[in-house]
Amino acid sequence: MSAITRDEVAHLARLSRLALTDDELDHYATQLDAIIESVAKVAEVAAEDVPPSSHALPLTNVFRADEVRPCLTPEQALSGAPAVEDDRFRVPRILGEEA
Amino acid sequence: MSLIRKTAAELGAMIAGGEVTAAEVAEAHLDRMTEVEPKVQAFLHVDRETTLEQARAIDARLKAGEKLGPLAGVPIAHKDIFATRDMPTTAASKILEGWRPPYDATVTARLREAGLVILGKTNLDEFAMGSSTENSAFGPTHNPWDLTKVPGGSSGGSSAAVAAYEAPLSTGTDTGGSIRQPAAVTGIVGMKPTYGGSSRYGLIAFASSLDTPGPFARNVLDAALLHEAFSGHDPMDSTSIDAAVPSVVEAAKNPDIAGMRIGVVKEFGGEGYQPGVLARYHEAVQLLESLGAKVVEVSCPSFTTALPAYYLIAPSEASSNLARFDAMRYGLRVGDDGTRSAEEVMALTRAAGFGPEVKRRIMLGTYALSSGYYDAYYGQAQKVRTVISREFEAAFQQVDVLVSPTTPTTAFSIGERTDDPMAMYLADLCTIPSNLAGNAAMSVPCGLADEDGLPVGLQIMAPVLADDRCYRVGAAVEQALESRWGGPLLKEAPSL
Repeated sequence: MSAITRDEVAHLARLSRLALTDDELDHYATQLDAIIESVAKVAEVAAEDVPPSSHALPLTNVFRADEVRPCLTPEQALSGAPAVEDDRFRVPRILGEEA
Repeated sequence: MSLIRKTAAELGAMIAGGEVTAAEVAEAHLDRMTEVEPKVQAFLHVDRETTLEQARAIDARLKAGEKLGPLAGVPIAHKDIFATRDMPTTAASKILEGWRPPYDATVTARLREAGLVILGKTNLDEFAMGSSTENSAFGPTHNPWDLTKVPGGSSGGSSAAVAAYEAPLSTGTDTGGSIRQPAAVTGIVGMKPTYGGSSRYGLIAFASSLDTPGPFARNVLDAALLHEAFSGHDPMDSTSIDAAVPSVVEAAKNPDIAGMRIGVVKEFGGEGYQPGVLARYHEAVQLLESLGAKVVEVSCPSFTTALPAYYLIAPSEASSNLARFDAMRYGLRVGDDGTRSAEEVMALTRAAGFGPEVKRRIMLGTYALSSGYYDAYYGQAQKVRTVISREFEAAFQQVDVLVSPTTPTTAFSIGERTDDPMAMYLADLCTIPSNLAGNAAMSVPCGLADEDGLPVGLQIMAPVLADDRCYRVGAAVEQALESRWGGPLLKEAPSL
């Protein structure tokens, strides 16, 4: 039995905001199936009572003083933008209705 | 001896002593790049004039009597994942092609302050995802030992540039082995510092709980000098450790390992390893013993599960980190014809801008984090991570460092593993545990495999913030082997 179906891969592609072609979906379905089957080996480690680690260091709540510091100018921040208008990022419509 | 064959320490001393100018040193390396780049293809961006300008500025400061660090005027190549304000930064991805960051990474900035001269930006697997540099959107880099072989990855441009004498030093990042594995297969030294010992600020993020900047060099002392120059606490990185940098340079200069306890990891080095790799590895272990170290076998049974745990944790973090490539604020934008929604433009841009491995990992990570699968995959992988850290802790109760082969095989052929992701992932089998646990680990050359004449690396793993132990043991191995070989391993490499 396969670990992941082509429909599931299509769903993952949608969640990941990747407009994949049908060929790509076929290809990734096969590869992801093999990878997921292999990584499922993590289940072999008995770890019921073990706490999860999200991180290697025992660091929590690193704060800095809330002070004004130098930062990028608007020109710098917008320097790599695909489209700019009035010192702002210009983006395609984000709502369903006509703008 | 020509300038390009000198060590970084020698070049630094010659420049400081006025024997040679930084501009002359930069020029010698730029000329070497002109000569060998058509074959090696280690660089994505080179700008001769910017490099020479930096070098001349250092010469002017030295001439004015300014005291600069030991690497002032020495050239360096940066992996193209570190932000550089005067050069493009692409992560070898089409989605960032031509992007110029408005700021420097901390590593870049600190090395500028130390007076190093940037030669250019080196090739990598796209977003550091890979073990061969074949996942670069801009074509593969070739291993200077054999141009039909990969230079390792993901920092393969940086390893190849140093091995081909295009640069005496380079930077890399190690998320699952991306410094140590390329160093091993190109016959040079590569170090993954303790996680949090080197700043991630300005590094294009792949898996934030694992990403660690580190040095490449042709010898252990040079690696230590570079390590020291960019390390230390950085308030711009919330996971940066606020502690003194381990005394790595001192350790590299004092390769005395008499009485040191060295553990051989029982789980690494059996079936599936290339015979020539194992032969050199076993000799290296005997060498350590002959130098006065006490060698014992140590069992870390869960290390074999590190690979599957990593291929859940790293893609999960990547799927989240790479969400920032949304076609809105920087980088590529595709399909914005005035009729499509932001979401459609985003999906078209990401499909066009990301390569196959990046798409694969984003989807794998999205899957591992999905409700219904989270506990079985990402949650369980995080528990395995704890188990692996505990096994390291237990091992370091018994021994000062652990050793293993750096990678199961020597450099493989370009194209050999591109259609089989799982075969590619095996290259990082021995390096991944130290990323999951965050401890320090190094690869040093330990000879050539008999069957193919390609370099083999010895991995030395030390506890968190005991990076100096890697340098001490690495320097001891280097000194003993170089006296046996009559010089560095790289002198065996074919001339390009």
